[in-house]
Amino acid sequence: MIGVTVVIVFCLAPFYWMVVSSFRRTSDIFDKSALPSPWSLENYTAVFDPDQGFLRSMANSLVVAGTTTALALVIATLTAYAMARLDFPFKRLVLTGIIATSMFPVVSIVVPLLKLFTDWDWINTYQAMVAPSLSFALPLAVWILTAFFRQIPIELEQAAMIDGCTQGQAFRRIVLPLAAPGVFTTAIITFVAAWNEFLIALSMTNDAAMQTAPVAISKFTGASQFETPFGSQMAAGVLVTIPLVVLVVVFQRRIVDGLTAGAVK
Amino acid sequence: MATVTYEKATRVYPGAERPAVDALHLEIACGEFLVLVGPSGCGKSTSLRMLAGLEDVDDGAIHIGDHDVTHLPPKDRDIAMVFQNYALYPHMSVADNMGFALKIAGVSKEERRRRVAEAAALLDLEPYLDRKPKALSGGQRQRVAMGRAIVREPRVFLMDEPLSNLDAKLRVQTRTQIAALQRRLAITTVYVTHDQVEAMTMGDRVAVMKDGKLQQCAAPRELYDRPANVFVAGFIGSPAMNLTEVAVDEDGARVAGTRVPLGRAAVRAIAAEGGSRATLGFRPESLEPVGSADGGFAVLVDVVEELGADAFCYGRLENGADVIAKVDARVPPRKGERLHFRIRPGETHLFSAKTGDRH
Ligand SMILES: Nc1ncnc2c1ncn2[C@@H]1O[C@H](COP(=O)(O)OP(=O)(O)OP(=O)(O)O)[C@@H](O)[C@H]1O
Ligand SMILES: [Mg+2]
Repeated sequence: MIGVTVVIVFCLAPFYWMVVSSFRRTSDIFDKSALPSPWSLENYTAVFDPDQGFLRSMANSLVVAGTTTALALVIATLTAYAMARLDFPFKRLVLTGIIATSMFPVVSIVVPLLKLFTDWDWINTYQAMVAPSLSFALPLAVWILTAFFRQIPIELEQAAMIDGCTQGQAFRRIVLPLAAPGVFTTAIITFVAAWNEFLIALSMTNDAAMQTAPVAISKFTGASQFETPFGSQMAAGVLVTIPLVVLVVVFQRRIVDGLTAGAVK
Repeated sequence: MATVTYEKATRVYPGAERPAVDALHLEIACGEFLVLVGPSGCGKSTSLRMLAGLEDVDDGAIHIGDHDVTHLPPKDRDIAMVFQNYALYPHMSVADNMGFALKIAGVSKEERRRRVAEAAALLDLEPYLDRKPKALSGGQRQRVAMGRAIVREPRVFLMDEPLSNLDAKLRVQTRTQIAALQRRLAITTVYVTHDQVEAMTMGDRVAVMKDGKLQQCAAPRELYDRPANVFVAGFIGSPAMNLTEVAVDEDGARVAGTRVPLGRAAVRAIAAEGGSRATLGFRPESLEPVGSADGGFAVLVDVVEELGADAFCYGRLENGADVIAKVDARVPPRKGERLHFRIRPGETHLFSAKTGDRH
């Protein structure tokens, strides 16, 4: 119980502070009162100032994160299914290798990547952001989904095939619905990671029209050169978080446990 | 409805040195209830899965009716299977589970509902049609698995130990229900079990397997009365047949110093084989008690097992060989007692000491 409280407070406090600060006026942004006084929408108007290009960056983020998630799900689902069903030598080793690749620090590959993408003329394109995100998302996605597919008894597929399904139909009608919690979990994790990705997105774009939201926020300009626009950054932070919260709430309802209960025994 | 034919069908699992199913040759008639029985690991499930199309046939062929199905995928074989663990679709209701095959086959919704309702009535599943499998008891799940098979009206039913997850009482009850249902539907059925009582009570014919090889396929009575070899003799029947190695001459066999007359043909067969030894078999109920002077062999009683209607006495011959005898349950012998028995004439089984085959 105490643990839960600690976790909640610890997780929510920064977010709370972000929301509160976003409603303060620029002049009292460093106030320490628990609630803003007076309340102000000044920061939100500033965020939507066309000069900042914030809406455009949100759209970019949506494209990058959405594409990454969709691709990652399709590729990872097929890979994980093969990993779970096929028996080949050193399977554990392969799986461990896959997960290990996702642990390299991003910083170490940014520069080579930048050079590569410059050669390919990929700077300021979506694929320059999607491809690296995908390569970071896939290992974890494969790992999670493999665990889910393993839980599904193979007899279920065999029963479906005897009931007249092709292998593809058995996969679509039996395996996939049962692996849905795994698929949604993976979708959330992948989307959040891709949505918040900063370093690659910053390095691969120099055109403001191609920036993703986190990059755009970091480049917000204040009223004068010496003023950092904390207020509008806070407001933008809140706006960026909203799609994630919506996503999690929508998908979480579908992440129910024990979907395979009652199948066998 | 169709015949099923295994033609020297063989399955070798990758990496295994000997076949899991070795040249299985078996012809199953239209509407017949055939039981595959044998000890664990003898290849029963593999044989069944070869017929289902879930396992490759490495050599030989399998026919259903006139069709060679050896290399057809399961969906093109028109079979239904009940798995040992039932394999119900957990995300579907009972009705959807039962109607799934029809849905895939493109049967109309009305027709589907009608056939599911019919099968549900047959299996007493009507109150549960809207439930998910996880909200059912083991016995109910078993019936859903059966229902899923019979809704199809397939050409062949395959069942792999469908009763092994039920408790003893339910198992006996369901056993009779399945047998009755099969007779009524008259659909050719291949049924796998390791329980020889199940095999003997349910099957029109019983095929006994060992180490991937078919030992004998015959009607239960025939299997019991004329086992084809030592393995079948010891496997079928409970308690098991007494098997003991004996010396044989023209007068018969010698068992613990007494003479047991044998059929002339059997004695001649042993002589032809050039040996003088053989394995003699006699069932516990083929022994009858005699007085100590009447030429029976003596048995020292170790344990008496009283089952109510019957009693079995487990004892030893003078030469140390184990013997089981069925005795009168009303006056069971006591432990440590010395009894005399003789084998009822004509109730002996003689097997070759070399090959184990019946003489
Ligand atoms: N997938 C497999 N790969 C390799 N060998 C297997 C495989 N499945 C079964 N075997 C082997 O094939 C033999 C026959 O197995 P099978 O499952 O047919 O036995 P069974 O008669 O059904 O036994 P049980 O009564 O225990 O179910 C066994 O020796 C088993 O170890
Ligand atoms: Mg088996």
